[in-house]
Amino acid sequence: MMTLPPLEVLRPGSVAEAVEALRAHPGARVLAGGTDLVPNLKYGMYDTRHLVALRGLSKELRYVREEGGLRLGALCTIDQLAENDLLKARTPALAEACGQIAGPQLRRMGTLGGNLCLDTRCVYINQSYFWRSALGFCLKKDGTLCHVVAGGKRCVAAASNDTAPALLALDAGVRLVSPRGERVVPLREFYLPDGLHNTVLQPDELLVEVRIPPAAFGKKQAFMKLRTRAAIDFPALNLAVALETEGAVVKSISLAVGALAARPVLIKGIDDLVGRPADARFAEELGRRAQKQCRPLTNISVDPDWRRDLLPVLVRRLVLRALA
Amino acid sequence: MQLLHLFVNGEEHAVAAPGQRTLLEALRYDLMLTGSKQGCDKGDCGACTVLVRPRGDSGFRGEPILACITLAADAQDLEITTIEGLAGPLGLDPIQRAFADCGALQCGFCQPGMMLSARALLDKCDKPTLPQIQEALSGNLCRCTGYTKIYEAVEVAAGLRTPSSRAPVQSERAAASDSKAQTVTEIVP
Repeated sequence: MMTLPPLEVLRPGSVAEAVEALRAHPGARVLAGGTDLVPNLKYGMYDTRHLVALRGLSKELRYVREEGGLRLGALCTIDQLAENDLLKARTPALAEACGQIAGPQLRRMGTLGGNLCLDTRCVYINQSYFWRSALGFCLKKDGTLCHVVAGGKRCVAAASNDTAPALLALDAGVRLVSPRGERVVPLREFYLPDGLHNTVLQPDELLVEVRIPPAAFGKKQAFMKLRTRAAIDFPALNLAVALETEGAVVKSISLAVGALAARPVLIKGIDDLVGRPADARFAEELGRRAQKQCRPLTNISVDPDWRRDLLPVLVRRLVLRALA
Repeated sequence: MQLLHLFVNGEEHAVAAPGQRTLLEALRYDLMLTGSKQGCDKGDCGACTVLVRPRGDSGFRGEPILACITLAADAQDLEITTIEGLAGPLGLDPIQRAFADCGALQCGFCQPGMMLSARALLDKCDKPTLPQIQEALSGNLCRCTGYTKIYEAVEVAAGLRTPSSRAPVQSERAAASDSKAQTVTEIVP
């Protein structure tokens, strides 16, 4: 049995009130579906005494609109997106990613904004206070040592959100609101390589919307997730690809991989593959390139060597599925 | 502390609780409805599953959510069904009867959550396929049975087959609410 620390829950009725509450209570955490925040609070991962609950905003921020591209409210639930016909038709990679998150109950509770802002995960942090104290804690909370990378100075807890690689591959952006105004940040600039806080989100800023550009609609895309069980588990690897083809030739490539370190990565240095025939050899080559740029760590309790060996295989299958 | 109004199994309850009280704690320790189990207590195992629907909705009992990671205060605008509320005035729910007849339990800890997830499935889809059953129950962990008999029980409750055991446990006489589970003899592989 794990109890929550004493909490005062603030319940704003609008986005403006919500960001004002965040500003007025430094350190306050945002509560949407609670599927990530509540267990983490039970683990004693945050010192906050204030939550800003967004339940009152769910009418305002729970929409899927086609406006140029797609606009998705941050409080869309994961199962709502997994079942959404517009998403299935326009951005199947995102619909697939949503359909593979956790289990049915968690998908019903969890939100898109919450998944994008999911705290990083590591076998040394997602544990009870007692467990962590026995090990002298770690970099991410209460300690100074990293147990994953010897001598590591930067937290490498893994970005474990499934929507992030899918939306990265689709070149999506997020709209952030703070008391000072709002800004739209491309997702590829949203994540930071530091597991302590892996986004550019300011403490009083709220992610309110995801924007997918219309260019994503015509791309051949797919999402794939490696995990031990076919449900509930966080990813041991997750990948998404979006390809543009002209005839039988590759015109553009976007491949994102998650569950490695603090941020999901877009595979770079693959522009020379543009112009190649979109076939199995191309898929193999993309897999080899991706493997060179991805280093699975022991931050996830699935053998990193196996995950590394499997990566090119998964990329090949993913690309062939997208092209099929 | 604040006064919370929870609508559970058709009754309104007032509970005084601090802001961090989870729905599961309120159910188990304030309302003494200990049927919802406290397993992992962090949203993995599904033992705390309850059904919820917006207040005032009629018809089905709602969708399964996890009570251990829901704040009790956030459940005030919901109608909650726990395992204690699954049986109707006419007796056991067909799901409950089928679980007993199929021996779909061993230690029984996962069963309240399993049966509520199964109920939510059958409310939406009265003749589910095996993959649909597996998907609907994929958020509920059972460490004893290997799931085979649980899936079978859902099929029995849906009237798709009879229990496979040669000498099924004869539960109490069929009540009106579960005639479906008792009368169907056709076996669909």
